Parts: sequence; structure tokens; C-alpha cells
Amino acid sequence: MRWSKLLLAVLLACTWPTLFCAEGGMVMVRTLLPFPEAMLALQESIREHGYTVSRVQRVDIGLTGMGYKTDKYRVVFAGKYDEIRELADKVPELAAYLPPKIAIFAEGEQTILVTAHPSLYARIAGDRVDPVIFDRWESDLKSILHDVQAAE
Amino acid sequence: MAILMCLAGVSSAAPDGARLFSEHCAVCHGDKGNGGVGTPLALPSFLASVDDKFLRETIRHGRPGRVMPAFPKLSNAQLDALVRHIRGWSKQPPPVFSDAPVKGNVSRGKALFASYCASCHGANGEGGTGTGVTFSRQRDLPIIAPALNNPGFLAAASDELIRHTLQFGREGTPMTSMLVQGLDEKQINDLVAYVRAFENSYVTEPEPRDPIDESVIIMESPYTVEETVENLKEAIIGQNFLLIRTDYLEHGLVEEGKENKQEVILHFCNFKFLFDALTIDPRIGMFLPCRVTVLERDGKVLVMAINPLYLSRLFNNDELDNACKQMHQVYAALIEDATL
Repeated sequence: MRWSKLLLAVLLACTWPTLFCAEGGMVMVRTLLPFPEAMLALQESIREHGYTVSRVQRVDIGLTGMGYKTDKYRVVFAGKYDEIRELADKVPELAAYLPPKIAIFAEGEQTILVTAHPSLYARIAGDRVDPVIFDRWESDLKSILHDVQAAE
Repeated sequence: MAILMCLAGVSSAAPDGARLFSEHCAVCHGDKGNGGVGTPLALPSFLASVDDKFLRETIRHGRPGRVMPAFPKLSNAQLDALVRHIRGWSKQPPPVFSDAPVKGNVSRGKALFASYCASCHGANGEGGTGTGVTFSRQRDLPIIAPALNNPGFLAAASDELIRHTLQFGREGTPMTSMLVQGLDEKQINDLVAYVRAFENSYVTEPEPRDPIDESVIIMESPYTVEETVENLKEAIIGQNFLLIRTDYLEHGLVEEGKENKQEVILHFCNFKFLFDALTIDPRIGMFLPCRVTVLERDGKVLVMAINPLYLSRLFNNDELDNACKQMHQVYAALIEDATL
């Protein structure tokens, strides 16, 4: 049983890099899903990982409402209450970045997702909080983005 | 055993170009090289007019300040694998260009550049603006005019490659043949010499982007949270922004009505500014929406916003840096107005 778990971990480690593009603190992935399906897959996976989608900012609606041409573009905020509470209490200035968010926008028939790598928050927090929280975010973020890319 | 096979496969196999492309490039250039945030690499006229060295050096050096990042950690074998993968989109053999310099008259080239090139490539070769997604530009223009003065471009492109592009243009893009436009070979050489002379305006190695230490713009308010919020509302309107809504940090995370009322977020927008920023770089969703947070800690009322300059360093986009300087000033002014 332990071997099978280890094998699974190794296989996932072999697979993730193709799904996870981090360049200096930015994480960006492309999914072949059209925007509505990608949006649905993203929110489902966020919830399955135990996070609450606290708000969806409809950037495109505001822009088109003001007469600007744009493609579909949303920003999805999500977090866990206890984690957001702990971070905002121990690192007040981090509140400017909370809850974490993922921008999602259409590119033709495909969809792109962009977010900050959790290390960005970790740098701001320094040693004021246990870094395990950001390690967990990184792991969950990888898994969520993997889910969106694997969704059909 | 399976683990060992997996590890052995990872460590000893030749680099897989398709996998490398998927990992490093596809998110911007599209999984089939059709373009997006990045340029369409699969465009036949592009692949017919650049040699392997150009592709390899472009990946290695990127385009400083022009979105395309450098990949200095990729090995030569990985670069070769990526180039082979990109070449797989064309049935034509890759062109081969000599590294020999093209001799021409820089002064005459400058005058020709102003007449024939500057309207697209900019007066100083700085290139077109924006990146490649749908609302950044018309999709019938597959390539934004490259920045010819960019040190990454100049390191990757030989004189012969530049001359070839000038001679034959790139079908499917606004770049037309200079021969068709009436220039002769000597004039084209003058243009090549002028473009090469852009190297003189740069140091050999571009300066690294300045690190920005301050992640937030933050000030202490002498007022209560409620008073500070009201001050901010006035300041937001005074700066010609539209106040979108006011909510709490805990919004959506706890039952409505039970949020901590001493942690307030004001969301606001200037749609013209937003549209322009998205045109510069569609990935700025990381910054959105514009907002200022007010919260009380240990008897102090703190007013804060993200520092756009702190985030813009992640984008390798000089245009975005300029927009972020502007946004930094706006945030600072708003917070200052509300806390005076």
C-alpha cells in the first residue's frame, strides 16, 4: 500500500511540470476547454479541495457595459475562513492580497488561467506564519489547475 | 521497479520537445503554436524566415521588457528539442543564414527606416504595443511588430536573417517585402545596418529589473474605520474612479451579516484605464479589481492596497511597468487623501 502511494506520488511529480508554469511568481496554464466549461471546472475543483469561492468578479461584464470590447474574463476569489483569518491577523498587510484569486479568461476556444504563486504571499508573510500554509496552497493550486486541464 | 523505470526515464531519455513546449511555451503560444499572449510560431512565413539559431537564442535570451521571458536554465539539448518540435509545424527545411555582417550605410538606413518601418516598428525600433490575445488587437494581425531595438532580438537575429525578412516580408502579417515596396538591395542593406546599430544604444547585458521591496502601500489613518471608509469613497470619486462596491474581507467566507465589520474592502474601477491595462497585458487579472482595504489592528486603523510595481516585476513587460507606476500613484494619492 505504501509503495503504491509512493508510486502515485512519483507519477504525479513526473506529470505536474507539464501543467504548471511558474515564471518568477506567476502561475499560468492553458486549458483546451472553452471558457464556460473551464470556469465550471475551476469552481468545482476549488470546492472539492475544501475552499470557498467567496466572489467571482465579472471583469468582462463591467467592460462591455461601459462600451469596451472584450472577451470573457473573470477573477475568482477563494479561501478557507480559518486560513484567511490567521493570515490577516498575523500579517495585516497581507489583507491587501486576500483572499487569493485566479484570473480566468478566454482565448478563442481555449481558456487561460493566471494566478500568483503562493511563494509571493510567503515572501510577504516572512516568518510570522507557519509556511506550511503556503506549501499546502501550492499543492492545492497544482491539483486544482490539473483538474481544470484534465476536465472534459 | 516501476518507480526506478520512471526515474530512469526522466533522467536519461533525450529531452522531449513536445513536453518542453507544453511545459514552457504552450500557455502563451498555444499548444499548436497558433499564438495567443505570445506570437504564432507556427505561421509558415515565420518559420520560413527564421533559422534555428534565431529560435534557440530567442528562447535563451527572451525579449527583455517585452513579455517573452528568458530561459537561461534550459540545456542546449533541451533548446534543440524545442526547436525540433517547433520545426515540426512546417514541412519546409529551415533556412540557414550566415553570421557575416551585412555592410550598409547607417545614415541612409535611418532615413529609410523612418519612411518604411517606423509606422509599425516605432520611431526607434521599439515595436508595436500590447500582447496577443483577442481584445489586445485585431486577430487578423497575427504578429505585433517586433521590437527591433530589443537586445534579445538583436542577439538572436543575424544580419542575413533581417535582410531576408526585409527582402521577402512575412506573408500573413503586415510585414511586406521591401523589394515589392520599391527598395533595391543596397537600400535594404542600409536598413539592416541601421537596425544592427540599435545595439549601440544598449549595454551588452541589460540591467536586471529593480527589485521592489514594498509589497503594499500602507498608511495609518487617524480616523475610525467608518470615517476612513467614507473618506476613501470621496477620494475614489475625486480621482475619477467608479466605486463598484464596499464589502468585508470575510465576505463569502462566513454567513452574510456575520463578517468582521472592521475589515472593509472598497472596490473601484476606471474602465478606460482597465481596458488599456488589459490591452497591455491580459494577465493583469492578478491585480484586479482595484481595491483599498481598511482594517483595525491593535487600536490602529490601517489603509492599504497592493503595490502594483511589486507585481508588475513578474511580467517582463515595460509597458505594464509604466501603467503600474501610474496606478501606484493613484493608490498612494487615494490613501493619502483618506488619511490626511
